[in-house]
Amino acid sequence: MTVTDIMQGLAGILVLGGAFFCFVAALGIVRLQDVLIRMHASSKAGTLGSGMILLAVALYFAEVSVVARAIAAIAFLVITAPVASHMIGRAAYAYGVKLWEGTVLDEAEGRMIPSHEATPPAQAAKPAETAADLR
Amino acid sequence: MTPMNGFLQICIEIGMVILLASFVLTVWRLLKGPTLPDRIVALDLFGLLAVAFIALYSLWDSKPVFLDAAIALALVAFFGTVAYARFVEQRGRDLGPDRGGPAHDRD
Repeated sequence: MTVTDIMQGLAGILVLGGAFFCFVAALGIVRLQDVLIRMHASSKAGTLGSGMILLAVALYFAEVSVVARAIAAIAFLVITAPVASHMIGRAAYAYGVKLWEGTVLDEAEGRMIPSHEATPPAQAAKPAETAADLR
Repeated sequence: MTPMNGFLQICIEIGMVILLASFVLTVWRLLKGPTLPDRIVALDLFGLLAVAFIALYSLWDSKPVFLDAAIALALVAFFGTVAYARFVEQRGRDLGPDRGGPAHDRD
């Protein structure tokens, strides 16, 4: 049992764990109830799974250039995943997706409703009218 | 970099199979997804899984150059998601909830 064996064993365990978390993310996206809840599974578990697999790559190669690239990829995922899911969540809510019946709290209610129901901001007023004309 | 031992080899192969199953589930949601945001969430996860799969492949093939592809794909997937999200948000604001995505009952 050498050091490389230990590193490779650790990398193997990380690969299995990462694949497991990716699968959990995919399962969550299939099984959970509405868009916002599904996003919860996909962004967190998916980032963790990809991050673990990239960490396994860094452990296996153990060269400075590869480790730097793997860590850069992990950092990039960790930085962008919350931004992306925040934007999807906003978009989904503004789009008016149906929330799950068991939702107990909707703090954005009345603050982000689509423009034709709320008092429309001056910028959004015009497209809403043209859309009404088209209909 | 030393040759790969059997344990890591088997772990990578099992991981690839699990990732393929995840791809199948994600594509199922992408095709079925009742609303447009569902499909965008599925597409976002698909990009993340593709990054993981490319990393796994670079491990399997012992070629670290594929990591560059993984980084580039992560970048492109993020921008794609942001662009889709902006498009959907604008469309939701313009056309209202009775178009595409039904509004939940607010009264």
